[in-house]
Amino acid sequence: MAPHQPSQEYLDSRRIIGINTETVTDISSIDYPGHWTGEDHSWDISKFRDNFQVKFHYNNLNDASFSLIGIDASIANAFRRILIAEIPSLAIENVFVYNNTSVIQDEVLAQRLGLVPFKGGKSGLLDFLKWRQAPDPEKGEEAGSTNFDYNTVVLSLQIECTRKEGVSRSETDPFKAYNHAHVYAKDIVFKPFGRQGEHFSGKDAIVTTNPDILIAKLRHGQCIDVEMHAIKGIGSDHAKFSPVAPASYRLLPTITILKPIIGKDAEKFQKCFPEGVIGLEAVTKKEASQEGSGYEGHDGEMKAVVVDPMKDTVSRECLRHEEFKDKVKLGRVRDHFIFGIESVGQWDSDELFLESVKVLRTKCEALKKSLTSMPNN
Amino acid sequence: MSSKKKTQEPDADVSMGDVPAADTEVAVADVNDPAMLAFEEQRIRILPGSLATAASFEFQKEDHTLGNALRPEVEFCGYSIPHPSEEVMNIRIQTYEGTTAVEALEKGFNDLMDLCDVVAEKFVAAREENVSRMES
Repeated sequence: MAPHQPSQEYLDSRRIIGINTETVTDISSIDYPGHWTGEDHSWDISKFRDNFQVKFHYNNLNDASFSLIGIDASIANAFRRILIAEIPSLAIENVFVYNNTSVIQDEVLAQRLGLVPFKGGKSGLLDFLKWRQAPDPEKGEEAGSTNFDYNTVVLSLQIECTRKEGVSRSETDPFKAYNHAHVYAKDIVFKPFGRQGEHFSGKDAIVTTNPDILIAKLRHGQCIDVEMHAIKGIGSDHAKFSPVAPASYRLLPTITILKPIIGKDAEKFQKCFPEGVIGLEAVTKKEASQEGSGYEGHDGEMKAVVVDPMKDTVSRECLRHEEFKDKVKLGRVRDHFIFGIESVGQWDSDELFLESVKVLRTKCEALKKSLTSMPNN
Repeated sequence: MSSKKKTQEPDADVSMGDVPAADTEVAVADVNDPAMLAFEEQRIRILPGSLATAASFEFQKEDHTLGNALRPEVEFCGYSIPHPSEEVMNIRIQTYEGTTAVEALEKGFNDLMDLCDVVAEKFVAAREENVSRMES
């Protein structure tokens, strides 16, 4: 049987997930071979290229939003998972405590330091900085014997709290009474060694992305003296290496007004949605004179129209009211993913997405090679 | 890594916090890069009891990310992670006559790689379009 082509309208309706008061319908994707009699749904690169679209909503350094349209949930989810867990970044792995007389215990301080995000020269982080292999005691490797300038970044934090001179002893505001009462991420000093100076100097130096992260509080006479080793790692090993906060997607909401919503009802309907989703427009003379349109005799009154469904949170508030019963249908588009990527600050958000695509591709390449060299093949 | 170590003789009084600088030129290929290591390791195994058109594959160090994304065109395809604390993912593939499970899996990898290329290409184009829209 020759593949037949259903109407575009019907094909579009297949992409919609139904959202009812208490239930959802048609959740799973159905565009795979064998599901529709007489239709060819086998995967084809040129078909995918024709259908797939990317639309940017905004693209700032630390915050990007874009839509991937015409892609399967499994692929969109793979990108999201890779963004969170498989893109490398720099974080503190070892903390050597020489002195710590603050009220924060050594291990708690070390944990807090580990979570501080760092940035530096991009080419240095990407090309110069390599992965550090943990020393293998079976091979006689001692702790620290695998640390080199190309895989370990040394940082130090030496800070002591003192009383400010000439301030009354009864002063209770720590900002006025003490120097360094608060220890911030910006107090961490990068100590380049070996060839690191070539890659991480000036504006490319290793610094924290958020200088005002509070690490500890001190009082006069207390001090912290620690040295830290930062390495490259991935989020699946420890969340501190995750370069995003967060990376997520949601499906595009749809709102279909089935029967006219006019006058006071229209205003109430507008209030059921976040601002900017529903607009009010005057019913035109033409609409009012058209028989069976539902607008007869309402010339000049306000009617509700859908302006921007993307802003909707799909709260389903409009489905709770009796007056809108059978007048509105809510849904989501199954293959329209609105991604939101907020970078921690080491990479630009859009670079991170491209990196996730690269990681998935490399994964396939490596496993394809593994498949050909598989035993019993 | 071991060859690097031999050229490196840290001073006896180096404290544990100190890191020696490598005195040799760093090789371009990163020997410890997980992505590169992946090329060296044999991470797929065919499980016992498999036929040409119906086979189970065991993937080491893979998870839902790949398991769910990989969907070759077959009579049946499914994946499972037998135990959450083991880094193992199994894929079951049953094909129709005329193609084998291994071929189907290979086509799955090829399709997924092609898809990645298209996604990256369209993403870059959309980003440029966004920049020009912002400027105008």
